[in-house]
Amino acid sequence: MKSTKLAIPYIIWIFIFTIVPVFLLINYAFSTNTGSFTIDNFSRFFSPLYIGILMRSFYMAFWSTIICFIIAYPVAYILSTKEFKNRNVLILLFIVPMWMNFLVRTYAWLFILGNNGVLNIFLGFLGFPQIRLLFTDAAVLIGLVYTFLPFMIFPIYSSLSKIDYKIVEGAQDLGANSFYVMLKIIFPLSLPGIASGLTMVFMPAVATFLVSNILGGGGYMLIGNLIEQQFMIVGNRHFGSAISLILLALILVFNMLISTLIREEETN
Amino acid sequence: MKNIIEIKNLHKSFGIEDILGKINLDIKENEFLTILGPSGCGKTTLLRIIAGFETATSGNILFGGKDLLIFPPHKRNINTVFQSYALFPHMNVEENIAFALKIKKENKDIIKEKVTKMLNLVNLNGFEKRRVRQLSGGQQQRVAIARALINEPKVLLLDEPLGALDLKLRKEMQIELKNMQKSLGITFIYVTHDQEEALTMSDTIVVMNKGEILQKGTAEDIYNEPLSAFVADFIGTSNILPGQMEKDFEVYIQGVKFHCIDKMPDTKDVDVVIRPEDVEISKNADKFPLKGEVINVVFFGVHYEMIVKVEDTLWKVHSTVMTKPGEIVGIDVSKELIHIMRR
Repeated sequence: MKSTKLAIPYIIWIFIFTIVPVFLLINYAFSTNTGSFTIDNFSRFFSPLYIGILMRSFYMAFWSTIICFIIAYPVAYILSTKEFKNRNVLILLFIVPMWMNFLVRTYAWLFILGNNGVLNIFLGFLGFPQIRLLFTDAAVLIGLVYTFLPFMIFPIYSSLSKIDYKIVEGAQDLGANSFYVMLKIIFPLSLPGIASGLTMVFMPAVATFLVSNILGGGGYMLIGNLIEQQFMIVGNRHFGSAISLILLALILVFNMLISTLIREEETN
Repeated sequence: MKNIIEIKNLHKSFGIEDILGKINLDIKENEFLTILGPSGCGKTTLLRIIAGFETATSGNILFGGKDLLIFPPHKRNINTVFQSYALFPHMNVEENIAFALKIKKENKDIIKEKVTKMLNLVNLNGFEKRRVRQLSGGQQQRVAIARALINEPKVLLLDEPLGALDLKLRKEMQIELKNMQKSLGITFIYVTHDQEEALTMSDTIVVMNKGEILQKGTAEDIYNEPLSAFVADFIGTSNILPGQMEKDFEVYIQGVKFHCIDKMPDTKDVDVVIRPEDVEISKNADKFPLKGEVINVVFFGVHYEMIVKVEDTLWKVHSTVMTKPGEIVGIDVSKELIHIMRR
């Protein structure tokens, strides 16, 4: 009885800030300015222009997730090994940037990647030609990877550190070398962490608009920017809502796909 | 019998703390050897050095006459049954057992045949596809044994493998393990702190304390002829009483003369070991050499365990004679049941 009472504030919170907005979105997406029912907002989206933006968003989110994973797995693994002595220092290094404002962090990249930025000064110092990075896909990708990397590291780290080291010893005892231990024991047992890492990076990355706005430049358009533009600049909340719903549906599908893939891998 | 493992001057320390002194131990082929000792005595460390999970600070181990310590664990023809079983939670029973053979890239038919053989050995036919989390503790234990034996190791290490099982299952598994060891002809090195387990199964028992081997011998040797008070105390719930000897075959216990069958050692003061079940008591106290007051009585099924206070010394007695606390009883011990140790 007591425990259900404690949940009431949370339920109210969820209702006001999640359930109600979703219904508002649905309401706007299926209506016109005059309030009559329509599916035009959806059919409008299926034009080469908008589909192109959607594809680009998925493309960027996909690669930033992959790069995050490639960087995060070894880091998480090193963090989880008990021989590693400076664990807390390294964890702190990943956490401290998260204490800083997200916008400030992203703006910092402007100064690093800009034509006269830190990176190019450094390259010039070494005698290399300057490269144009800012306002390209590469800059947005770097920004996305930087922003979402901790969301990949921590779930993987948490599932790796839950693995009982005796299991690893058991495998070694039966003749497994370190490669085989990694392939057949550690990797499969860290799959739940990988799954949540993938979703925790992919979902916000696909819907991002701030990173792409700052590091991609004014004309850079991802699905998040498109939604923002519809609400804030064009003022067409009906079309904006429809795009939001489409994105929501796609993310749900992606989420289900990952969890079924992981579950299959676990039972095999 | 040839020696399969020869441990020579093996020493292990962590910083300034010595975990193992200088261990010297020969283990024979097909021997069931139990390393017995209290927790923290170094027995598990010794086992982990043999398996390859710990390094020795100095000393050497020969395995079949060849240096063992230079090989990593996965290259030693020695397998381990872990205390916590260490089964692979993401694999079913069959995959767990077949693990070692799959690493060797063994032919599929051979793997299947051997897995079936192992499942027969540990009485788990029909459990192939079960997930290990769905198994009871006893069944997980059997999978762990099958998994370790499928490689046909020359030596099997067992680290308190029955510790997590209930009493009845533990007794059954003790007998099964002993039978398995005999029929397979594999050397078992078994680590336990349970003296009863050690006595039931072992060909040879090694008693360890504080990183040193105190005594090595058959179960009977260790039980009947403990070399030190520690061994006597650890191997059974013994009475260890101070005694004095003036000449051979005569010992004074609490000032009363008893006959015994041991010669006088080089010192006058001795420890006298008398097992609780060897103490005779009588309600007719005056007929017996010692008398004392019953302090406490516990019913154990087959017998009563009572504590008898003789002057200021407590005796533990197992007897079928029923007494009550406060009663005065007489105590006697026949001479062949008195065991003398040098102090």
